[in-house]
Amino acid sequence: MIPVKTLRSPGTSARQGYESFMFAVMGFGALLVVVPMLYIFGTILYRGLGKVLSPGFLTLPPDGAAGGVAPQIAGTVALMVGTMVLALPLGISAAIYLTEYAGRNAFTRAIRMAIVNLAGVPSIVHGLFGLGLFVYFLGAWMDKASGYASLNPPQVFWGRGTLLWGAATLAVLVLPIVITATEEALKTVPRSFREGAMGLGATKWQTIWKVVLPAALPGILTGTILAIGRAAGETAPIIFTAVVGFKTNHAAIPPLYEPVVALPYHLFYVVTELVEATPALQYGTALTLLLIVFGVNLVAIILRTRLRRARKW
Amino acid sequence: MVTRMINGEQTNTEAAATARNGVGTARTTRRTEDKRDMTVRVSATEVNFHYSDGFHALKNINMPLYDRHVTALIGPSGCGKSTFLRCLNRMNEEVDPGCKLGGKISLDGLNIYDGTVDKPELRKRVGMIFQAPNPFGMSIQDNIAFGPRLHGKYGKSELDALVKRCLEQAALWDEVKDKLKASAFSLSGGQKQRLCIARTLATNPEVILMDEPTSALDPASTQKIEEMMETLKREYTIVIVTHNMYQAERISDFTGFFYKGDLVEFGATAQIFTAPQNKQTNDYIKGKFG
Repeated sequence: MIPVKTLRSPGTSARQGYESFMFAVMGFGALLVVVPMLYIFGTILYRGLGKVLSPGFLTLPPDGAAGGVAPQIAGTVALMVGTMVLALPLGISAAIYLTEYAGRNAFTRAIRMAIVNLAGVPSIVHGLFGLGLFVYFLGAWMDKASGYASLNPPQVFWGRGTLLWGAATLAVLVLPIVITATEEALKTVPRSFREGAMGLGATKWQTIWKVVLPAALPGILTGTILAIGRAAGETAPIIFTAVVGFKTNHAAIPPLYEPVVALPYHLFYVVTELVEATPALQYGTALTLLLIVFGVNLVAIILRTRLRRARKW
Repeated sequence: MVTRMINGEQTNTEAAATARNGVGTARTTRRTEDKRDMTVRVSATEVNFHYSDGFHALKNINMPLYDRHVTALIGPSGCGKSTFLRCLNRMNEEVDPGCKLGGKISLDGLNIYDGTVDKPELRKRVGMIFQAPNPFGMSIQDNIAFGPRLHGKYGKSELDALVKRCLEQAALWDEVKDKLKASAFSLSGGQKQRLCIARTLATNPEVILMDEPTSALDPASTQKIEEMMETLKREYTIVIVTHNMYQAERISDFTGFFYKGDLVEFGATAQIFTAPQNKQTNDYIKGKFG
């Protein structure tokens, strides 16, 4: 007769119980991450959607509790574009230098260290740095050099918060992210591409410009767009360097040399200073900002998936 | 070893004789028609090569490369044959900037390691085909046009004609003539390698270096490339590194056997494969090691 066998041991039940317990703990941890996100976005969506969809909110300038946030949207978009225009060439150049030209020596180690530390600088410090360097130093110098400062009475033109200085400060803020993303993207371009180009008689620069950069572009753009999304929501760096809470003249395209209104600071303004503001206005402003940031991130994600699919080396 | 000869009449006989000794009738017929003489195109003199980590990869190499002949470099992995190949277009220093070369390599009598040499210009004249096909992520015709666009201005019709000619030379035209604007990545492995050959031909090189060009390909693709080389060698000086001894025997006129950084033996392929002078060469060819 065949003895009855079992595929369990005396410890099986206890072990299985422990296993389920541990999975439950970790699942709970994962859930905790999702809950605040859903709660925040849910609340803002629930309380702000009505306002965002109300007529004129996205197309009119503010008017007490009425009106909209159109100039703020334009200002935020202008700051994003300005940041990208400044950070992209600078960041890409730095990354190309570090990965393609520079060797591994004390100098490049120092640069890399600076990049890592720059990424860790609090955004309010960036704001004060921008105020000191761009507004007080560069701006004041430009006023003096152009003669505005010696008019009677003296005119302040560049020596104040402007769109340009805000974009410059945000560019410094996102530079480490752009550089790191570009370096990673350049490293994924296979060596065989470089050898192929040089084997055809391309110079190092021709190789980088015509073969390496186009191949790395998807990665560079994805990283940069994500960084710009982060910059769009920042308030501290632009408080002293670019924004005002209220403006009367609104150009469709904000000029570089004027202070701007922007969504993050507008949100701060309608919550803390504008007495007539209603919760609907506050939530509506918050939702508009969130949608812009999510939209930018979505563009980056779509770009990444599409280009990953197209890449076949 | 064959010495340099310039006299045309005598040379033709010599080349034909070399070929007849080693290979079949079909090739002999073709060989007797060609007008190749025995000019030395590239010559390596006492070449010593060290990588930046100090590894002595090439020891005192002396080798002539004859104009419009195929020279095969054989030997076990790590023997220095690829390193030698990459010395000929100065590619080693791009990958390992700290490497050092002693001795002299000359192309048409000019030292290619001279300080005044423009490396891109050298590589335009000494083209290279790599082990893994490496087309760029652009269209088939842009891949071909890449080199010419680097080196000069071409009109559209001029470029179209060039693309066609190079693809025909690389035996790829019929397969891709209807999809020149398609991505080069859409081609098969063998087609990609022929595209890379066409791309190299487009810069109008004089010497073509091939680093195991068929080792990643299936037998049918390999055969196509070997047939193409038969035609190419009438116009170009070809150096091929190969792990496949049958390939070396089939396609080359001269063979150099490398072992541990030494050029153990160099001579006419027919002689190397039938009557090697060196025991190591004999053992390698008979498959005793490697």
